[in-house]
Formats: sequence, C-alpha cells, structure tokens
Amino acid sequence: MHNFDFAKPSTIAEAAKALAADGAQALSGGQTLIPTMKQRLAAPGVLVSLTGIAEMQGVCMGDGGLHIGAATPHAVVAKEAKAHYPALAALAGGIGDPAVRSRGTIGGSIANNDPAACYPSAVLASGATVVTNKRKIAADDYFQGLFTTALEEGEFVTSVIFPIPSSAAYVKFNQPASRFALTGVFVAKYADGVRVAVTGAGNDGVFRWKEAEAALSGNFSADALSGLTVDPDGMIADLHGSAAYRANLVKVLTGRAVTAAG
Amino acid sequence: MTKVSMTVNGKAVSGEVEGRTLLSSFLREGLGLTGTHVGCDTSQCGACVVHVDGKPVKSCTVFAADVAGASVKTIEGMANADGSLSVLQQAFQDHHGLQCGFCTPGMVMSSAALLAENPKPTEHEVRHHLEGNICRCTGYHNIVKAVMAASGQDVSAVAAE
Repeated sequence: MHNFDFAKPSTIAEAAKALAADGAQALSGGQTLIPTMKQRLAAPGVLVSLTGIAEMQGVCMGDGGLHIGAATPHAVVAKEAKAHYPALAALAGGIGDPAVRSRGTIGGSIANNDPAACYPSAVLASGATVVTNKRKIAADDYFQGLFTTALEEGEFVTSVIFPIPSSAAYVKFNQPASRFALTGVFVAKYADGVRVAVTGAGNDGVFRWKEAEAALSGNFSADALSGLTVDPDGMIADLHGSAAYRANLVKVLTGRAVTAAG
Repeated sequence: MTKVSMTVNGKAVSGEVEGRTLLSSFLREGLGLTGTHVGCDTSQCGACVVHVDGKPVKSCTVFAADVAGASVKTIEGMANADGSLSVLQQAFQDHHGLQCGFCTPGMVMSSAALLAENPKPTEHEVRHHLEGNICRCTGYHNIVKAVMAASGQDVSAVAAE
C-alpha cells in the first residue's frame, strides 16, 4: 500500500482540524479501509485515526434514546447495548467475526455505507439520528445510495442516537464466506408505526420497504405480509443470488424478523 | 518514520515505523516475533490474530502506529513462565488440533480470547467464535475438541469424524 502520514488526535476538534488537510481521510476500525488501501483502491495522503477520541467511545442512555459513540467497536455494542436495545446488540454481535468486532466501529460502518453492511439497516429502521462534528442528520436523509452518505468533506460521524423500539429484530441471510448480508432485514416497532429497513439487496444500498411498514403497522404479524410482493427491479444480482432471489429473501426475512420480534 | 512504543508479551518495546506499517509487520520484521503468521494478508484467514489490550485482532489489519501504547500478546507469550505449554496449547497437542500448523497461532490466540470471556463455551459457541480463523487442512473438529478440552469439559461426545 502507498505510504501516508498518520495522525491520532484525542478530541473531535483536533480531528476536524486534521481532516481539513488536503488528501486527509478518516480511519476508524480500518476493517474495510485497510484492505481497500492494500488493494490501492484508496491512497489517502493523511490518515486520521478516530480511535483515540474518548468522547466518541461508549454506549449510554440519554436524550432521544441510546447514544453510541461512533468509534465504539461492534464487540462493545454487542455487550453494552444488550440491556437497552437487544436487537441492535445482536446485530453488532453478528458482524464479521470476533477479531473484526474488536476493531470495526459503528461510525466506520455507516460512513462507508456498504450496500451489504449490517448497521445501516438498524440506523434506518430505528429512525436514528446521525450526529457529526457539524450537525445532526436524520437517518432518512443520511443514506444516499451505494457507498454514498450525506457526509460532506471534512465531516465525520461522532455518535448515533437510537430511539428505543417496543420490539425489534434483525435477521441476516449470511453470505457464508464474507459474513456480510446476502440480504438482511431490520424490523422495529414504535408507538407511531413500524419501520422496515433492508440491506444487502438494493442496488442503491439500504432502503425502507414502505408497503411492509404500512401492513405491519396495522397488524404486526408475518401474515400481514402475505399479499405483498417485492419488485426484483432495483435488486442486486450477482453470482451469489439473482435479483428475483433477493426480492424473495426480502419478504421471507421480513416475516422472520417480525416473528422474532414478537 | 515515527517511533512507536508498546508492551509486547509483558516487555516494553519500541521501534521506527512508517504510517503504513501493519502490526503484523512490526511484530515479525521489527521485533523478530515470527510466531504470528500472515496467511492471506486480506483480513480473512485469522492466522495473524494477536491480543491488543486483551481483545483478539487481526494484526494484518491494524496499523502499528494506531496501537502505540497498547499491551499486545502474541503466541510467543502464551507458554507458561517455565517454558512449558499452557493448558490451551497442550490441549491442541493432545487432541491433534493442528496438522500443518500454519493457522495454529491464530487459532490459539482466538481461542484464548474466547475462554477468557466464556470459560465454559458450548461446541456451538466455539465454532461460532472461530468463524474468522481458517484452517487450510480443514482440521476443525480436533481444534474445537482441543478448545473444549482446555476449558475442562468432557470432549468424548464432540464430533470426531
């Protein structure tokens, strides 16, 4: 990989300053970025590690729900979010493998917005708020397509705030080699309705299945989905599964998630 | 080049690294600790797993500079003080938990991290925990058996085919 200058600030303000430099790129857990740099698909001139910033670490209840620092590793979320938001903790505990979960972070995952990553589905299904060094962004405005987010140059995620649902579940159909989601569905039930977010299936990345949300808001059971179909148009097709296969998975996994959420 | 310092297997160490120097390179080339193996260099095989502040990480997917100040444990730090094998290492030997041995350092470090968190894991938990460690000899049954045995459990019923 190409060499770079390495910076490890200890506050959000210092990180913002370092990221203002030409060619600077934020590094969180690095579980995607480092392999990408090895392949020379990314070659930042300056890498700014966000893992030494205490104010971006940890899980706690606060205004608006569960606050998770953007640099909190998946393994910590799996453990510490369990009492507050078990479906989110279970999702974090199923990402990659234990060594990936020791390093990979929620902020890194949603900043990258891989179309098959797990976390974007939880953020979107929970109607979470993405907090950056500059502003707060609603989940519905944050995800903007394949590897694309509302983040601007020099902007980085500092925390995510999750409203706590009355019940929720994430069901992932594993791509067994990569352990990314071949398709994954996060269902979250709130007092004002149900939200369903799908990852791994859409050509444009994570999306809400609004027909299912409407049906489930009236009747929160897998039966409520029986009359619905998912249009394969716009679904990912690759050697692991056709668009029609993924469209079917969306419906099947949504049903399973509703049943699991209870 | 910048100077990094950390604790490796209980000893304070330091060395000059570039930004791009991976922890695996620092351990192997900088410190001569070649017990940590680099199998795939693409974050998939787990042969390079070491502990950083007690947590298992793929040392080929962490920059040395990013873990400056940390406490790192490698396979060289796993034996007992008198040089005899630790319970886990001995269990790998007793249950033939290795064939070519290339994946073994990562298997041992991942398994040790599991047992530290979960001293009596079920067979399913061992298999789930070792998902990120690939054995090219496909010797998984005996690896699982060794980990179960090291945790003090009866392994006569663990899959052996």
